[in-house]
Amino acid sequence: MIYFDNSATTKIDPQVLQTYNTVANDFWGNPSSLHGLGDHALQLLQSARQQIADLVGCAANEIYFTSGGTEGDNWVIKGTAMAKREFGKHIIVSSVEHAAVLNSAAQLEKLGWEVTYVPVDNQGFVNPDDVAKAMRPDTVLVSVMAVNNEIGAIQPITEIGEILKNYPTVHFHVDAVQSVGKNLWSQVLPERVDFATFSAHKFHGPRGTGFIYAKKGRALGTLMSGGGQETNHRSGTENLPAIAAMSKALRLAVTDEAKKAQHELALKQQLVDFLSALPDITIFSPVTANFAPHILCFAIAGVRGETTVHALEAKDIYLSTTSACSSRSGDESSTLKAMKVPEKLATSAVRISLDDANTQAEVDQFIKVFPTIYQRFERMNGRA
Amino acid sequence: MTHYYFDNAATTPMSPTVVTAMSQALADDFGNASSTHYFGRQSHHLLDQSRQVIANSIHAKTDEIIFTSGGTEGDNTAISGTAVSYREHGKHIITTQIEHPAVLKTMSFLEKLGYDITYLPVDEHGLVTAGQVKAALRPDTILVSIMTGNNEIGAIEPIAEIGAVLKNHQAIFHTDAVQAYGILDIDVQQMGVDLLSISGHKLHGPKGIGFLYMNEKVNLEPFMHGGEQEHLRRAGTENIPSIIGLAQAVKDLTPANKKAKREKLQSLKAILIADLKTNKVDFAINGPQPDQALPHVLNIWIKGLPSTLALMNLDLKGFAVSAGSACTAGSLEPSHVLTAITGDQDAPQISESLRVSFGDQNTEESVHLLAQAITEVTQDYLN
Repeated sequence: MIYFDNSATTKIDPQVLQTYNTVANDFWGNPSSLHGLGDHALQLLQSARQQIADLVGCAANEIYFTSGGTEGDNWVIKGTAMAKREFGKHIIVSSVEHAAVLNSAAQLEKLGWEVTYVPVDNQGFVNPDDVAKAMRPDTVLVSVMAVNNEIGAIQPITEIGEILKNYPTVHFHVDAVQSVGKNLWSQVLPERVDFATFSAHKFHGPRGTGFIYAKKGRALGTLMSGGGQETNHRSGTENLPAIAAMSKALRLAVTDEAKKAQHELALKQQLVDFLSALPDITIFSPVTANFAPHILCFAIAGVRGETTVHALEAKDIYLSTTSACSSRSGDESSTLKAMKVPEKLATSAVRISLDDANTQAEVDQFIKVFPTIYQRFERMNGRA
Repeated sequence: MTHYYFDNAATTPMSPTVVTAMSQALADDFGNASSTHYFGRQSHHLLDQSRQVIANSIHAKTDEIIFTSGGTEGDNTAISGTAVSYREHGKHIITTQIEHPAVLKTMSFLEKLGYDITYLPVDEHGLVTAGQVKAALRPDTILVSIMTGNNEIGAIEPIAEIGAVLKNHQAIFHTDAVQAYGILDIDVQQMGVDLLSISGHKLHGPKGIGFLYMNEKVNLEPFMHGGEQEHLRRAGTENIPSIIGLAQAVKDLTPANKKAKREKLQSLKAILIADLKTNKVDFAINGPQPDQALPHVLNIWIKGLPSTLALMNLDLKGFAVSAGSACTAGSLEPSHVLTAITGDQDAPQISESLRVSFGDQNTEESVHLLAQAITEVTQDYLN
């Protein structure tokens, strides 16, 4: 079995699972309880927070735990809108954001906010000048992802941050879900970024947990109202086993990060070299510094993405059409659409997403079985 | 020192069956349920099975179950979702003064946005009546949110009667059943509710997972926007291992097991009360009489003994209890529930009460020891 769908989700690391089990068995108290059991849980919660803060490079009180990437994105976008509604009701997002960002923005539109969707070029990149042009006196938020989940484009966060230095009160949010463990921290979290969203299951942590970085002093309305956990910012009993496991997973993910990214890039390079040598294949994720090392999106002209996915699945190789979040609906990739890729080609796109656990042998196996499938498609299309 | 946990309304330890089911799922079932490949389909299959188990447990249809990150999200989704989706029908909401903060804080948020909230008072037992709800209803009422069982004093509200009152009114009926679901038999048809929120970690299931029952006739704007999970009603990658853990906890709660659990918890509560009486501790029960309350919750006013001091000294002796709910997040703010039932924010019981909440793991012997410890702490302080 070859799993090339690590951007959809990753398998939990055995050590992380061990942490989860240990905490679930030994530290199951409610961290808000005043008794000893609650207190032990609270101490563990705070040390997990400190460890994550250290790894991210911020203060512990700038980390808030969530139920995952979707909640993080929803929270920052709607929370900013609520907190700053007296100052303005205009927000800017890129047109290639994850659905959690795009649909949060769309909800705000229904409620009376104005949203500017900044376009991308035909490679999938936001032009910082377009952000500058979109800025208005009533703009309260700019949200641009670090690494696109469908094609792996690394957006110019630093450059957008430079522009936003002229607008010090505007919130700058980065969806960093796809960027962990890829040795991209300086590009993802330059100083001007105010908020960033993370999800544990994208870096071998458990499902249903994540965190946001929220710069101290930045006002953010609450999404989850209730018992006042997370210093009154995010209510809900803290999911301590998952949080402790996530902190472990993050530590493992950033260990030897450069080496892992290099390994993934070397595998991606071979796949790109192999695929680009075949006629009728379009590569959307070249091996360049502004594309993530783990994501490779490509299309075989005239073959629907799910056809390719299922053909490879029959060979025990698992990849995906576009993002998992929209692959059930069979829609074309929203990123490729924003890049103005013709619809027919966009519906042919598939995504390989690698991980440091993928091996040379797996890539060799892919290269070995792919030509048979490819030749069949070529014959079906009358090209061979 | 042996530690005894009597704070099961705050959270419960995962049962061994849940730990096993979840560990296995964490290790094996890692696919993204939205992926169309084999791993995704496997995960999706497990998701469907779990949903079926849970739907059956409350007499709902499978599609009426939406997985959430827990009780807080369920309450927030139900209330904010109704407020946004039905705002054309009116902006009046009815709730009670003794709801969980996840309900009350969401209400005050909506007040800031221009909604009109009626907070119904409760009697000295913590109960509202269907008559009160009927009297408060207005043509522009869009939501009634009343908890099934109270987390601090165990009051069980007349949900089915309120459901009957609301039958011919436009208002959506939500109940927070977080404390009641693991204990009482829950039937959404019989209760007449449209929305019902549940949390996994209160029933020996995992933290960070819960579900919201949403009647198929109700159409709410999602609270979490994003991918198309949960039939477009709740975005976010499905937390399969936790969902499997939750389903396991639910499977373990067959009607027969629930009945046995109620009987056991009720008898533990009776033992504590009897022992305290035998030991001549001067105490009174806050809220409903013990046999009328949720079997796992007992709230007692120990006259003259400050709660903070009692908590600390019991903790030193190895007993975990609480003064009110854990969710006032470590603070000892005066309980809004005790304030509501006494009608007096300076009433002595507000600062002199303890909540003991029982769970599967508690034994009769440990309850005798708890009674002894409470007696000692009381005597040490009052003599």
